[in-house]
Amino acid sequence: MSALRQIWDDVAGLWSLVVGLKVTGAYFVKDQVTVHYPRNEVDNLESFRGPIELVESSDDPAKPRCIVCMTCASICPHECITVVRKKPAKTEEGDDKKESGSGKDEVKKKVSKEPGRFTYDYTRCCLCGFCVENCPAHSIRFSNRGYLAGFDKDAFVFDLLERFKTR
Amino acid sequence: MPFDVLQFVYLVVAVVAIAIFVAVSALLLVYLERKVAGHIQRRPGPFEVGPHGILQTMADALKLIGKQPFKPDGADSILFWLAPILAFAPALPLLLPIPFGPLLTGLEVNLGLVLILAFSGINVLALCMAGWGSNNKWALLGAARSVAQSVGYEIPLLMSVLAVAFMTGTLNLSQIVADQGPWPWHWNMFTQPLAFFIYFTCAVAETNRAPFDLPEAESELTAGFHTEYSGMGFGLFFLAEYTNMIVVCSVATALFLGGWQAPFLPGFWWFLIKMYLLLLMIMWFRWTYPRLRFDQLLNLNWKWLLPLSLVNLLATAFIMKVF
Repeated sequence: MSALRQIWDDVAGLWSLVVGLKVTGAYFVKDQVTVHYPRNEVDNLESFRGPIELVESSDDPAKPRCIVCMTCASICPHECITVVRKKPAKTEEGDDKKESGSGKDEVKKKVSKEPGRFTYDYTRCCLCGFCVENCPAHSIRFSNRGYLAGFDKDAFVFDLLERFKTR
Repeated sequence: MPFDVLQFVYLVVAVVAIAIFVAVSALLLVYLERKVAGHIQRRPGPFEVGPHGILQTMADALKLIGKQPFKPDGADSILFWLAPILAFAPALPLLLPIPFGPLLTGLEVNLGLVLILAFSGINVLALCMAGWGSNNKWALLGAARSVAQSVGYEIPLLMSVLAVAFMTGTLNLSQIVADQGPWPWHWNMFTQPLAFFIYFTCAVAETNRAPFDLPEAESELTAGFHTEYSGMGFGLFFLAEYTNMIVVCSVATALFLGGWQAPFLPGFWWFLIKMYLLLLMIMWFRWTYPRLRFDQLLNLNWKWLLPLSLVNLLATAFIMKVF
């Protein structure tokens, strides 16, 4: 009797063939899942984790919040970030020549808290987010730039201060 | 025997027409396959080359023609280079006896069915030669499996065709089509449904199409018997596969779906419509069913299709004799 049962099971299994055809047939007429770039674009780019960018300072939108603490540069697993402190503006000549240390003179020499150069090598970045999480000034965030393409590797070494220079 | 010039000219014209038909059909089918595959998978398919990708096949053909034809070291030159040619060569004689329209038959052959079945066997030889001549273990394995599959599935194919021949009393395809009527209930599909089902399954298996495509499975056997072929060698095998599909669907249309018989419109268009519907079914099957394991493939044949086709044949003979 088990042989008959087996035969019956095999014959009954033919219905699954029809079910399969129905599934793929339905897929044929349904909308495509592909978002056909460049004719269409995705509609949820706000939550996209793109290459990092600097956040504007709330006091002065023309400057980033970065305080050049070098946390991001040191914590990045792939050494993507290079930050160089901005050289302070030149003081009057007289102050430069005073080298001997009396405390009052050294206070005048200001250390800049702004980045002069902020280079970000996107060819090495894995978008882990360590820099974003650990920046004490909350100066780094992920951008929404999802449609990056290029022919040259150098085009993907970004200067993150560039967009601040135009302001 | 006097040389009939008119018939000779007719034959030449028919051969040229069939060659054009095969070429155009193959081009169209490759594009259709990729588009159908894309849409079943809910993606666009080829889109960039030409509007909606219609020039994609041309680009592929040019690429294949432009590639260097490689022969692997130690491969048997004669076998290696003859195999793709032999795979594609039977395309012409296979399509000659098929009645595309009431008057559109290349060569009306009294034994048309036997001719088609005989020439289909050449493909098996081509597979053997390709597998052995490649000097490649996996190609040989793929060829061996493919031969076992083709030879095995020919038997139920033959028997289901024989059942139709019993019913109509002739092996002449034109006569078989003429005996059917314009409406679906006149077709042989309704008097021989089991034979149609068995024939179609065997046809898909004979042409090595999914789900029976283990011999050329990319993921299992690195492409099986045509592993070592590049450029036009592969192109010829590819063309041969699509041509075999066309042949098998044309025969199915002629035998079971009433050929060019139709209620309105000239018959030639109906033949093409029915043939292309069957081809689309085959493509649909490819993207629906998982690939059969080789033992499942052979079991299906020996345990199910062969006994069923025998039963069908006996039942046909019995009913024909008694009623």
